[in-house]
Amino acid sequence: MRPRLAAIHNVVHLLFRRLRMPLIVVICTYAVSIVGLTLIPGIDDQGNPWRMSMFHAFYFVSFMGSTIGFGEIPYPFTDAQRLWTTAAMYATVTAWLYAIGSLLALVQDPAFRRVVKAAAFARAVHRINQRYYIVCGYGDTGSLLVGVLAANGIRSVVVDIDQSRIDALEIAGLPLEIPGLCADAADPASLIESGLRGKHCAGVIALTNDDQVNLTVAVTSKLIAAHVTVICRAEFEDTEANMASFGTDHIINPFVTFADSLAMAVHSPSMYLLNDWMTSTRKLPMEELVSPPRGTWVVCGYGRFGKAVCNRLPSEGINTVVIEANTEGTHAPPSAVRGRGTEAVTLKEGRIEEAVAVIAGTDNGTNNLSIVITARDMNPELFAVARQTERREDPMFAAARLDMVMQPWVIVASRVWSLIRNPILAEFLRLARDQDNAWANVVISRITAVLEEEPPDTWMLSITPNDTPALYAALDAAMDRGEQISLSDLLRDPRNRDATLACVPLLLMRSHEQALMPEGSAAIHKGDRLLFAGAAHVADTMRWTTQNANTLEYVLTGSERPSGFVWRLFAREQGE
Amino acid sequence: MNLEKVFFAFFIVLALTLNFGFVMGDFDNPDHHNVYEFFAALVVSLIATVLKVGDRTHIGAVLLATSLVADLQLIAAAVVWAIAEHAVGIGATPSIMASIVSLSSGAVLANLMSVLLLAVETVMVRR
Repeated sequence: MRPRLAAIHNVVHLLFRRLRMPLIVVICTYAVSIVGLTLIPGIDDQGNPWRMSMFHAFYFVSFMGSTIGFGEIPYPFTDAQRLWTTAAMYATVTAWLYAIGSLLALVQDPAFRRVVKAAAFARAVHRINQRYYIVCGYGDTGSLLVGVLAANGIRSVVVDIDQSRIDALEIAGLPLEIPGLCADAADPASLIESGLRGKHCAGVIALTNDDQVNLTVAVTSKLIAAHVTVICRAEFEDTEANMASFGTDHIINPFVTFADSLAMAVHSPSMYLLNDWMTSTRKLPMEELVSPPRGTWVVCGYGRFGKAVCNRLPSEGINTVVIEANTEGTHAPPSAVRGRGTEAVTLKEGRIEEAVAVIAGTDNGTNNLSIVITARDMNPELFAVARQTERREDPMFAAARLDMVMQPWVIVASRVWSLIRNPILAEFLRLARDQDNAWANVVISRITAVLEEEPPDTWMLSITPNDTPALYAALDAAMDRGEQISLSDLLRDPRNRDATLACVPLLLMRSHEQALMPEGSAAIHKGDRLLFAGAAHVADTMRWTTQNANTLEYVLTGSERPSGFVWRLFAREQGE
Repeated sequence: MNLEKVFFAFFIVLALTLNFGFVMGDFDNPDHHNVYEFFAALVVSLIATVLKVGDRTHIGAVLLATSLVADLQLIAAAVVWAIAEHAVGIGATPSIMASIVSLSSGAVLANLMSVLLLAVETVMVRR
């Protein structure tokens, strides 16, 4: 049976199971009262002996039992009848109270409410008729991601083990209805209930703070629905390897990802800015360049975060001094300074005065802030990086004016979002990494030149009959004439073809070939995928060009194409 | 021995026997059809229905359906009887009695189906 029907069936089953006894009691009390009334002799208004019929008895008991009480009808009762009625009155009213009491108790029963909620959840999941993602874990990362998805019109289904987080989802006021289930994501049943087998299920995103749970989700999803995309957060390297062996599509380790971007920021500030801007979950104007200095960096905390940073930074020509309270347990290098880093003594021992930057990377956000503030007191020129551990610490971290803040949820959510939103964006960023800082500078200046203060956006254009019908047909026609349509034709403004749309083509993908920053003269082929960056409204204009044959005709040739059949015939004759 | 099964079988069979007893006799002779027997058959049939509601097995679902059919037939008969006696006031004439008994006979068939299903289920269990 499908989960939705099974869930509703559960509700009905439980309802009748519990109400079986009360219903039987009501039926029996009614039966005895009715039979008694018909058997006891009465007297009619003329003083003749009279007996109540079944019909009258049923009528009388019905209004008596429900305490409506119309009185003694059709004739006033004899004392014998009143005696029986007295007994029947107490019996039927008690039976009703028992039945209604059982019903109310059942409705308030936590088990019953759970079943009702599960049924409502199953119905909500079943009603989704567009692609959706199952998000496991609605903590800082999950809530940020679900909010971004909802803001962009992408549906999701949330599973979390903590009821208070599901409550938070319900009151979050998201623009779409997001069904939430309070269940253990590691239990395959809860994933199936969340629509893993549904035909619109596009992917499963495991973001819980437990690596084992994320691993179980990855395994379950790949086994049950092999076609869905599985994206997992992993904080330990061994789970990462295990997930990869199960064919998990994308594994995101927030610590390694941050260490990579930190290294990128040192290596090529423009590349870092480009990356940061393109993967951002918010549409913000481009920010200022961050350029971390080269020299000696003091790293406080040698946990997963500290290790990831210390592994990555030396390749960029940076020396690290580690400060760690538990040097043995974390296998810190022998040169490590023992201490928490919050005290001036330890920082002094780590020679903070000579360092150029400090990374406060312990697993306690308040301590990290304290480290940065103490360190800055001793060396005001420090480049400060701190690890934030909870989203509610936002105001504190904003007030501390840090150069870089490591927020695991932002890192994971923006990675996931860049993977979901635009599959070829990830490809572009991968290719961009092999380029140098000068290249990134050019890209950034070209993008900022077309933007004019508007928030930037990236979008993909696939040359397929579905996405770009007009362009697809035009390519067919052009091929017959032996002509080509070039990229610069697509960039013409459909309102005035001599003007150019305010966007920058970033990538042209053709089966296995990729061209970064393609030239305007590049020919467009069927099946190509293009990545553009520019103001968000330009994407709509471009969609107009590629989907409307008349607009495309104007953009390509400069002549308005007659749209009606008669006018087209007329135009052809004139042409001949 | 399962007390629930005893309970249910008791009511299913009792519904059939009471109903059968009511239908027995001359088809249209009101003297041969006792109103109390009819009332008892209706009440027992209702109880049997409630007992079967919420059973998840396939045979439970079919039993619920046959019980509901019996209830429906008997309630229809009761309504006909009440209308004839009280609303119209013609009383239990042979033609009215005939329609009451024919409706009840339909319920007998449904009850019989229930008993047969019960017998089948019992034979299948074999313990």
